[in-house]
Amino acid sequence: MKEENCEILENVLLSENTYRMTLRQQEENFPRPGMFFALSLPSFFLRRPFSLMDHHDSFFTFVYKVVGKGTKAMSEMRAGTSLNALLGLGNGYDLSKSGDHPLLIGGGSGIGVMVDLARFLLKEGKHPLVAVGFNRKVEIYAEEELRKMSLSYRLFTVDGSAGEKGFPTLALSSPHDYVYACGPFPLLKAIALTDPVPGQFSLERRMGCGYGCCMGCTIETKHGPRRVCKDGPVFEKEDLLW
Amino acid sequence: MVNTKISLCGQILDNPIIAAAGTFHYGYEMASLYDINMLGSFSCKGTTLEPRFGNPSPRIAEAKDGVIISIGLENPGVDAVISTEFPRLQKVYHKKIFANCCGFSPEEFAEVAYRMDQADVVGFLEINISCPNVKGASRFSCDPALAKEVTRLVKARCHKPVFVKLSPNVTDIVSIALACEEGGADGISLINCIHAMRIDLKSRKPVLALKKGGLSGPAIFPIALRMVYDVSHAVHVPVIGIGGIETPEDVLEMMMAGASAVEVGAMNLVDPYIGKKLVLGLPEAMERYGISDLSSIIGVA
Ligand SMILES: Cc1cc2nc3c(=O)[nH]c(=O)nc-3n(C[C@H](O)[C@H](O)[C@H](O)COP(=O)(O)OP(=O)(O)OC[C@H]3O[C@@H](n4cnc5c(N)ncnc54)[C@H](O)[C@@H]3O)c2cc1C
Ligand SMILES: Cc1cc2nc3c(=O)[nH]c(=O)nc-3n(C[C@H](O)[C@H](O)[C@H](O)COP(=O)(O)O)c2cc1C
Ligand code: FES
Repeated sequence: MKEENCEILENVLLSENTYRMTLRQQEENFPRPGMFFALSLPSFFLRRPFSLMDHHDSFFTFVYKVVGKGTKAMSEMRAGTSLNALLGLGNGYDLSKSGDHPLLIGGGSGIGVMVDLARFLLKEGKHPLVAVGFNRKVEIYAEEELRKMSLSYRLFTVDGSAGEKGFPTLALSSPHDYVYACGPFPLLKAIALTDPVPGQFSLERRMGCGYGCCMGCTIETKHGPRRVCKDGPVFEKEDLLW
Repeated sequence: MVNTKISLCGQILDNPIIAAAGTFHYGYEMASLYDINMLGSFSCKGTTLEPRFGNPSPRIAEAKDGVIISIGLENPGVDAVISTEFPRLQKVYHKKIFANCCGFSPEEFAEVAYRMDQADVVGFLEINISCPNVKGASRFSCDPALAKEVTRLVKARCHKPVFVKLSPNVTDIVSIALACEEGGADGISLINCIHAMRIDLKSRKPVLALKKGGLSGPAIFPIALRMVYDVSHAVHVPVIGIGGIETPEDVLEMMMAGASAVEVGAMNLVDPYIGKKLVLGLPEAMERYGISDLSSIIGVA
């Protein structure tokens, strides 16, 4: 973990209520995909946690949805503004456990992480299938990034206004030997309860500190209580209770 | 050179900055951020006899300049704390801590405190009769007779100095403080979180799973200050001032109100380095206000 003042390099509208922000960092703070950071916003007490879609030595990019006051304030920020951030939080995905044909399922704001993860898996010589799900066509983002990569890609919308109609869990019928997922609780639960293949899920919880001191984010697991921010946010699918 | 040392029940602390219970866990993980030995001390996570998972989620709600929490005393139980957490802590920390002890009966408080009393790393016992987020745990902080009874039982079984931690959610905090002093308390810590809640406009339901929680953070500083002032003028034992401390100036103000030392809680959540910043910033703030010996300002207001 490192505290840094990060300059906003870019903050653009991607699709309905969804923005992409790029922040400067002094050095790489995210050795594994699935790690996150926590942004301090002027006049809000708690930091906001987000995970990355892309990162390089000197900058990182994430996609955020406007859901409340903090993200609304973020959407109005201009390039050049600096925000204090805690970087390099959480454990991140373990790539070594993946088979050669991992299935990556992302829903809503969990799709950015899957883009980052897919990039890492490709570097490891794996053949990922990425399935992403949105409610409606106007919400779609990250298409370009995913289509540019040499991987199999399936797009779902709940109302059928783009791609295949339905939830990305439909992709579970495609052959795969490992599953990575990030998204709303019902999506993760559906995967856990129907897919026998091992995998890892990234969870979201309201956080107090984001680095392990307050017990605000604890979940019960098969091995006892675990902090989503410090012991997670990535957990082995088998260890979670539903 | 200013003198930041203070004396608490005969023990000397390098400075009055103590990290507050529940915001510093068992300390050792914080040691990777900065040398936690620079703190005056810290108070460990509230510990009960048996392990506790705590309350359902969400346990966190935001407020203006503060946070409302409903953790519910998640901890691995006193024996695991002593056998597992303390040895990890002692690898990185060579000072004494406050053992924050909780219970559901006077006897349980005394049992937890008794076991903590034997641990090397424990310098002080902090009896948390005031957790607002656990059913049945807060009645000890509202009734002077019960508060006194808990204090008396703990004192009877322990050798180390006993601080009783009070709740602000009472009509007359001074009467509770006096009852604890009569029960033999060596000091009083105050305040714990203030009852509070938030409602989510979209779902039309409370944000917290258990609906209500406790407010802490800079928002509560003036309330805590007033209570520290009232209590320290009524009791003869040292008082630790807790609530909303964020800057070295807040530390000075709390001490002028009557606190011999302070605890810093919610600010640890948003600034992991707050303890270090306060310790390093204190001498300069003292110089700015012409204070050469910190002890000299206790209760001057
Ligand atoms: C590990 C992690 C990674 C995340 N990654 C992303 C991401 O990449 N893109 C994205 O759009 N969102 C992400 N989120 C969710 C994001 O943190 C929330 O949407 C955001 O905090 C909402 O802030 P707000 O002020 O707009 O909402 P408000 O409702 O006004 O916020 C009030 C409080 O609740 C918290 N809160 C509200 N919703 C959530 C939520 N879903 N999860 C956690 N805390 C919440 C806020 O942080 C704040 O403390 C992530 C959450 C976690 C825990
Ligand atoms: C996340 C969190 C957990 C807490 N847990 C405990 C606890 O276990 N025992 C206790 O006595 N007080 C606990 N408290 C209360 C604090 O120690 C402190 O009394 C209170 O938050 C007011 O100080 P502050 O405004 O500096 O946070 C907790 C507070 C927070 C924010
Ligand atoms: S948010 Fe504080 S421990 Fe996870």
